[in-house]
Amino acid sequence: MTVSTLNRTLSPNGLLVERHWQELASKRRLYTWLCLGLLAIALSGSLWFANETNSGKFFDRLPYFFDFVEDLVPRDGMEILRAMFDLPSPYDDGSFKYNYPEGRLYLTDTLYVPEYFHKMLETLNIAILATFIGMFFGFILCFLAARNLVPNPWVRGPVRRIMELLRAFPEVVIAGFFLAILSLGPIPAIIAVSIHTIGALGKMFFEVVENADMKPEEGLRAAGGNWIERVWFGIVPQVLPNFTSYFLMRLEINVRASTIIGAVGGGGIGELLRLSIGQGHEAKTLAIVILLFTTIFAVDQFSAWLRRRLVGDQAFQLAH
Amino acid sequence: MMSLNSSEMEAIASRHPDLLQSSGWKRFRTALFCVVIGFYLVYSWWFFAIGHVLGNANWSIAGSYLADWVSYEVRPDIAVAPDGSMQIAYPRFSPLGKNPDPDWVRLERETVTRTVEVPVETGKQPSTSGSSFSFMAPNAATGAASSAAEPQSRRETVTEEVVSRAVVTYDSATEIRVAANEVRATHDGETLVARIDGRETVEPLTALPAWATQKRSGEKITLSFGAAGWAEIDADEVSIRNRFFGWANFIFDTNSPFFGKSASEVFGLLTSGERLDPAHSNLSLAWDNILYNAEWQHLDVWTKLLQTIVMAFVGTLFASIIAFPLCFIAARNITRNRLLNQLTKRFFDFLRSVDMLIWALFFTRAFGPGPLAGMSAIFFTDTGTLGKLYAEALENIDDKQREGVKSVGAAPLAVQRFGVLPQVLPVFASQALYFWESNTRSATIIGAVGAGGIGLKLWEAMRTNSDWENVAYMVILILIVVFIFDGLSNALRSRLIGQKMH
Repeated sequence: MTVSTLNRTLSPNGLLVERHWQELASKRRLYTWLCLGLLAIALSGSLWFANETNSGKFFDRLPYFFDFVEDLVPRDGMEILRAMFDLPSPYDDGSFKYNYPEGRLYLTDTLYVPEYFHKMLETLNIAILATFIGMFFGFILCFLAARNLVPNPWVRGPVRRIMELLRAFPEVVIAGFFLAILSLGPIPAIIAVSIHTIGALGKMFFEVVENADMKPEEGLRAAGGNWIERVWFGIVPQVLPNFTSYFLMRLEINVRASTIIGAVGGGGIGELLRLSIGQGHEAKTLAIVILLFTTIFAVDQFSAWLRRRLVGDQAFQLAH
Repeated sequence: MMSLNSSEMEAIASRHPDLLQSSGWKRFRTALFCVVIGFYLVYSWWFFAIGHVLGNANWSIAGSYLADWVSYEVRPDIAVAPDGSMQIAYPRFSPLGKNPDPDWVRLERETVTRTVEVPVETGKQPSTSGSSFSFMAPNAATGAASSAAEPQSRRETVTEEVVSRAVVTYDSATEIRVAANEVRATHDGETLVARIDGRETVEPLTALPAWATQKRSGEKITLSFGAAGWAEIDADEVSIRNRFFGWANFIFDTNSPFFGKSASEVFGLLTSGERLDPAHSNLSLAWDNILYNAEWQHLDVWTKLLQTIVMAFVGTLFASIIAFPLCFIAARNITRNRLLNQLTKRFFDFLRSVDMLIWALFFTRAFGPGPLAGMSAIFFTDTGTLGKLYAEALENIDDKQREGVKSVGAAPLAVQRFGVLPQVLPVFASQALYFWESNTRSATIIGAVGAGGIGLKLWEAMRTNSDWENVAYMVILILIVVFIFDGLSNALRSRLIGQKMH
């Protein structure tokens, strides 16, 4: 009913409004298409460049794309289990391909840890230790970088810059540098992952601290608490659940990071994976992939469960 | 207003002791956590044998590797003959170019008459260069030579100009003088005098200062001058290692015709000088020389850096394009089918949990080393991560808008387009941008396992342990790129969803 009573011809003001609206809409549409066009150009340029500089061209390699799947088919399914648990293989011909029992780590005369489980534990330990170290230093640094606790920009600024630098510095360079000094082993990986974690956690922590409620801190200030007391009793109890949540999230990321760093010489399971793929050991590769997949999946699920218990559903915000 | 007297307060306190007294778990949990972490740290110390590794580390080399990041050494060797004459030689790829004559090495020459051993071949040399008509003189010369020193060489008394003194100045406080089988090194006001015989032994004539070490008497003496460099005094050679701050030959390498020219000279050549190479203009020649600088490989480094950027860009873009439709299937409030939800979500989990490393290694097998492998690895991993995040964003949307659109009778697709998409699109874009930025960093590491990009180049430069200045160059480039992208992504994200993201 109301529609029919509307005047079809608009007043001059109404026309003006309509014209403005149309102009805005067309401008917006133009910008959207322009952005999409730029994105398309950038994408096709990137693809062309990537294809040109790759050692094998995309369309030349595509027919052979699934060749590597063939490389992954073991002689029989049991071989994967044998590789995973270091059981002797009936195909053993003295080559590295089937020498599973060689890697056993004997705890007692009969009880042994299979090689890959040991290496997986090493990778996990790298991640956990690095996350603890990162958490420790990030915890100290974050309060110095928070605007509401340190009003002085000459203290806050440098701390933030240091954290940015630690975060952006390529991990592979730190690992490579310490590999040159400490010789092969997991410690360069620990140092590299820790340094990155300090920067990454520090940034997330100080953002949490800046969003904290300042009323407890004011109360402590009124009662004459010094800076450390105000932070420890006023801020830390509020932010601790969030810190723990970020710690767990970082742990998930660090398990992956320590695997990758391992592959470039930092020990652990990553190195074994790279070697066994490179040498074409099907059963070994599959055993490692399955082990790695299960571990990462388990760590993710455990961390998600713990975070949900600690801070509720907000714990899902995942970020690097 | 109601008030409690003290007996009532006590009664309440005794009925609810948990309010006033924290439980044992609450009181001791912090201490317990600390003890557990402490035990874990001790275990890690044992597990990784940290003490052993740190103790056996080669810490002295760390300083020189770090110094290599921002400085370089020039390494002339002064060979000293038993009679006190010297010869100065620079290594083949010296940063000073083919004919080095630095002003910090002062040589004094004098003309001496001495006996030298001349190999027979040099005696024959004039015969080849001589004219074909006068073959009498060469014959006479060879005859004389064969009679004088039959086996391989002969002794000859020659008068020639040789280097008799060399003075190498490291800095104002450090200097090495080599003269007449005597090496006199001065550093920080202390002087070491050593006698070398040109054959076997080095013998310090004064007490060794703190900066000089000799492992066994008669063997070489090593002098370390800190940041200025170091030197070795051997019985027949003094090796100079003079360290200079900066990157050597960063723009033009020693083979370039522009090498060793000052900035104004180069500018003059570029703008008005005559062509150094007739085939090219000076500008294109200079640009070519810069790009193909043998030591710094600018073009290669830039190409590899661009590969890394492209890997992150294309990988993230494709991942968000594929994750976009899939997340609608995964979100349980959009697709009301438990089986489909779970299948898609487990698929995302699968992509995420097969690590980026595993994908990278597989795709390197499939495509060969290069950016395609890294790109695909990032694409596969991030399809999982972004899909999971997108599905969670969809499950948290406000249902009112969707109901509004539905209530006016819109088609299902229109409901998504006008009821759902406007709410989530900024979040989607912001998360894609965040991952774009973080993938720029991941792509560096992925590259080192063979997936192309600057990572591999970095790794190769580090493995030699002698190209740390190239490592520093690449690290600076990576840092610049990461900071630019960080700023860009932050700016775009704050425009998309307002200032408060985290």
